[in-house]
Amino acid sequence: MLSMQLAFRNLIGAGLRTWLNVTVLSFAFVVIVFYNGMLDGWNMQAINDTRDWEIGKGQLWHASYDRYDPFTIQDSHGGISGHIRSMVAAGRVTPILITQASAYPAGRMLNVVIKGIDPDQRILELPTQSLAQTTNELPAIIGKRMASRAHLKKGDQVLIRWRDKNGTFDAREITIVSIFDSNVPTIDNGQFWIPLAKMQQMTGMTNEATLLVSREPLNNEAVEPWIYKDEKYLLKEFGEIMQQKKGSNKIIYGLLLSIALLGIFDSQVLSIFRRQKEIGTYIALGMTRSQVLKVFTVEGSAHSILALGLGALYGIPVLAYLHQRGIPMPKSADDAGIAISESIIPLYSFGMVLSTILLVVISSTIVSYLPARKISRMNPTDALKGKIQ
Amino acid sequence: MKTLMIIGFVFLGVALRAQDPKKILDKVDQNMSSENRMFESTMTIHGKRNSRSISSRSWSEGSQKSFTEYLSPASEKGTKMLKLEKQLWIYSPTTDRTIQISGHMLRQSVMGSDLSYEDMMEDRKLTDVYAAKLVGEEKIGDRNTWVLELTAVVEDIAYYKQKVWIDTEKYVPLRQELFAKSGQILKRMELQEVKMIESRWFPTLVIYKDMLKEGKGTEFRMTNIKFNVKIPDYIFTKAALKQ
Repeated sequence: MLSMQLAFRNLIGAGLRTWLNVTVLSFAFVVIVFYNGMLDGWNMQAINDTRDWEIGKGQLWHASYDRYDPFTIQDSHGGISGHIRSMVAAGRVTPILITQASAYPAGRMLNVVIKGIDPDQRILELPTQSLAQTTNELPAIIGKRMASRAHLKKGDQVLIRWRDKNGTFDAREITIVSIFDSNVPTIDNGQFWIPLAKMQQMTGMTNEATLLVSREPLNNEAVEPWIYKDEKYLLKEFGEIMQQKKGSNKIIYGLLLSIALLGIFDSQVLSIFRRQKEIGTYIALGMTRSQVLKVFTVEGSAHSILALGLGALYGIPVLAYLHQRGIPMPKSADDAGIAISESIIPLYSFGMVLSTILLVVISSTIVSYLPARKISRMNPTDALKGKIQ
Repeated sequence: MKTLMIIGFVFLGVALRAQDPKKILDKVDQNMSSENRMFESTMTIHGKRNSRSISSRSWSEGSQKSFTEYLSPASEKGTKMLKLEKQLWIYSPTTDRTIQISGHMLRQSVMGSDLSYEDMMEDRKLTDVYAAKLVGEEKIGDRNTWVLELTAVVEDIAYYKQKVWIDTEKYVPLRQELFAKSGQILKRMELQEVKMIESRWFPTLVIYKDMLKEGKGTEFRMTNIKFNVKIPDYIFTKAALKQ
């Protein structure tokens, strides 16, 4: 307790030097919380959006299907039968049939993917009910990115050409009945969503699907010959991107923290050099060397306590404001191909804030302790005389 | 007048019935197909603003094997293409790599032309894959033609229907229209400059037009055509791509 009192009294007594160190450290603290909060917010939003719009709570894939290999699409389709059929009937899974095609908006050719989906499905947030509420013979819904790329708007007709299961060309005009706005580009870019039954009829793949999206995890259910891919697997790449992002952000705030800690280290070296008489007096009054070392270490690490206080003073209103308003993302961020909304709502979890506090306190304690170790090697008599050691 | 018209129609009907569309198609195949062939070609692609030409040398054996080496322009020189049955590889000298073209990449156009890689891979005899029906006679330029409607008799065919205008004397197609199952026209080919080469009539200029795309089409002109020549086996190997 005595060491704490001494530490704070000395710190306050040091005046501007202390407050400069504290300000820089508090800035590093707030920036770390902000960066981590932004990434956690993005992560959470992207996972939720991807789950709601694309992957559900897991997917059943045809054995040949590989979402990263377009060459597999042609042969990745199989019949829905037995247990899987009853799951479809119960609304637990919804089938999607995929085929590659060419679209010809205004005489240009675009390579696209046509996806057939049940208009009555309720697992994904795609506005598939628009496909049911139309009298158009071949209706389609597309995302805003696809609409922009192909210069299409609601009500437009566009010719598409595809091959059926035997490889024979077929071509028809489809009508855009709805354009949806989703943060998930992987269900939007280059894709037309049409009714599943039409798709099966067009390709000759009656009662077949490429994959099925599940409403709930199916970890312990027999789904053969389909292959179950759980949420963790389907979000794996996104998790890796986040880890990479966090890694690069660590470098930025690591540099910032280093600058702040360097200030504390510098102050500690100077204090020990200039306050040798004081150190000698402490020892002469009966304190052990380790007790004196503790006083100086606590004094250094007390910078972090003050920094946390100061950071909280201006950081909480700023971070709360950002949490409420969100952080606007540039338009170009959408081209990255990963789910990102127009503005990110930062997420400040208790664990993240606590770990940041511990990082700041522990690191400042370490940099305070390192120069203070010199005290344990000091000769108290010389120190009392003020002899430079 | 009415009587004359009836007589005219009757004569036309008799004349059409007299021609067996299968035999016509058979003769067309005799002209157009060969065990193997070699030729040089110039493909002129007419774009919106300008046109560009690409020349190449090709070898083919039946409908399953073909090899093409691009000779000009400099940017394409050395590019080679090998087709073996349903597989297609392209070698690019700039990257010194061979890539296999499959899936949706087969639908891409060949060097910006109106031909897709898929089109280049379809090379079966018409009689093997289509049933023909004679639907009329028309004149194309100064040539008389029979108009045949072809409907696929096999399932694994790219174009379910074709309409072909066959020269009544030379038995070569002068025009070909390719249709989707829905009846939508997809491509049109005009075959011109029919020449007698090694005792068969053969069109040396084909103008392709992708009917779904804007543009003026692609001209494909063949020169130095040689039929049934001995082609070394190594030509149709992947190793030949890098040579």
